[in-house]
Amino acid sequence: MIPRRPGPQAPAARGPAAVPAATDPVRPRESAPLTLLVDGAPVRGVQGQTVAGVLLADGQLSWRRTSRHGKPRGVFCGIGACFDCLVVVNGVRDVRACQRRAQDGDVVERQDDPRGGGTRGGTGPSPAASDDGAGGARG
Amino acid sequence: MADPATDPAPERVDVLVVGAGPAGLGAARAARAAGARVVLLDSSDQVGGQYWRHLPPERTSARESTLHHGWERFTALREALSTDEGCRVVTGAQVWAADRGDDGPPVVHAVVGPADGTDRTTRAYAATSVVLATGAHERTLPFPGWDLPGVFSGGAAQALAKGERVAVGRRVLVAGAGPFLLPVAASLVRTGAGVAGIVEASRWGRITRGWGTRPWELLPARTKVGELGGYLRDLAAHRIPYRAGAGVVAAHGRDRVESVTVADLDADWRPVPGTERRHDVDAVCVSHGFVPRVELALSSGCATADDGSVRVDDEQRTTVPGVFAAGEVTGIGGADLSLAEGEVAGLVAAGALPGPGLLRRRATYRAFAARLHAAHGIRPGWTQWVDDTTIVCRCEEVSAGELRRSAELTCSRGLRSLKLTTRAGLGICQGRTCGRSVEDLLERSLGPAGLLDRGRVSRRPLAAPVRMGEIARAVPPLVHLATPAPSGPVPGEESP
Repeated sequence: MIPRRPGPQAPAARGPAAVPAATDPVRPRESAPLTLLVDGAPVRGVQGQTVAGVLLADGQLSWRRTSRHGKPRGVFCGIGACFDCLVVVNGVRDVRACQRRAQDGDVVERQDDPRGGGTRGGTGPSPAASDDGAGGARG
Repeated sequence: MADPATDPAPERVDVLVVGAGPAGLGAARAARAAGARVVLLDSSDQVGGQYWRHLPPERTSARESTLHHGWERFTALREALSTDEGCRVVTGAQVWAADRGDDGPPVVHAVVGPADGTDRTTRAYAATSVVLATGAHERTLPFPGWDLPGVFSGGAAQALAKGERVAVGRRVLVAGAGPFLLPVAASLVRTGAGVAGIVEASRWGRITRGWGTRPWELLPARTKVGELGGYLRDLAAHRIPYRAGAGVVAAHGRDRVESVTVADLDADWRPVPGTERRHDVDAVCVSHGFVPRVELALSSGCATADDGSVRVDDEQRTTVPGVFAAGEVTGIGGADLSLAEGEVAGLVAAGALPGPGLLRRRATYRAFAARLHAAHGIRPGWTQWVDDTTIVCRCEEVSAGELRRSAELTCSRGLRSLKLTTRAGLGICQGRTCGRSVEDLLERSLGPAGLLDRGRVSRRPLAAPVRMGEIARAVPPLVHLATPAPSGPVPGEESP
């Protein structure tokens, strides 16, 4: 199993957690390790995980702040429909963490877009407008 | 083959299948059996859809079947299609538009590559027949605190358990409506989470009437009864309480869920005052039903039924010649129905006829779907647990109070104008998460007159958010001006 970085809430067992491969009744094959650089700090995972999978297995529940009220968000729908779990991957914004497979060395940044203020992280192009020709790109 | 990155002419195929869940896999296989050349597209980098979401090739497991129903059937379908030279399976293919044809199937546009990437390959397909097997996404009704981290859809818990071996929490409550809550709890306990309970909104009377009327009609669907038995054994083994006629009416916590309030619900899902109880949990998974993903069907010109699903005839034909639909996009009925519908659609799309056995199987599971709705369909009383501060549109953070006040102040009955005033449903999820709830709440506050344009939340000219640069490359007049994508192997393409 990949050694877990002790998070701030590690002692009080709560929050998301990965099943240790060694004791998993499903017995997935041991996969090669990988490391993401998340806001400058290394986070370890295994090949085949999505970015969200790596973050959740690390005990992280949220990694974004909303534009209007600055509320924390992480995974909600888990199937790519809700866009709550957006991150910046290798400089490209608006990547759904639950859909993108993690690659060793990926640089992941929080995507906080305070309304009216500057954009933190990411220089890549924004997605196209959605319904009614509005929405989508902001920041 | 011409390089589609520089050649805008769409690729010609006999049968194009969009979506590789149970319906799409069934359709592709059946169309191949009938001799058609098939292209099967899926936005994920693996086939199977949400139902057979599974571990990636790097983490394969010999015992993965313990997380699934019909796993052998899935692996057989996958094997048959991936070794079949007449079927090209293109994964990582995000379909973003269907260009409506003149009384025929649309040209289907996709970008192929890593999810939400910038340099994906653009593709277009002109098929003799198109089978839309785009499935459904979950509907979670809003409640105070549902935007806190730690609140998940039921599908998220499943996807993370089956595809990542991650449990969303250590002590998890599962709530909402319908039999889907049972597999959600089952995958949680198989992923090391403690399940604090299952809370079903419908009361026992309705559940019994919905499922129990003329029970002999369910006999042909006895595999489903077997599945139910498995789930009940799980509940007993893990001492998971199951409660009917109740719902999560609030989640509490500062930056994450620390507890939830559960209240009894009446027959119309109105919370019963004085019955509230707090439960300490670190996650809650909530699912109230499913919404068919009809964007491509609507852009293709297909008519929909009153419930928003795509209308099909007995041969799975939509109202547009050459366009077929199968699975959850035609109404919510589960994987067995999706497979049967997919097989019918694939055969007819390839010019063959379905046999009586297949049609009987489809009829059996259709009856099952009707019972599902009778027993667990969403009731209007839920709007009572939504207070004015409850966020309804998660992307644009629009509260129920703002929605109600805008309707009052502007005296507007137009959904479109109310969306533009409030920004509800205009965010990056394109109203998928909140759209129907926004409509319901506005209908309630407008009174008997109601909305003028109910149902338009599913009309999305772009079926998925794509980057401007990628669209520019896909549009023929611009394609020669844009820098051609570097040539090389297309990610996600499984060569036959």
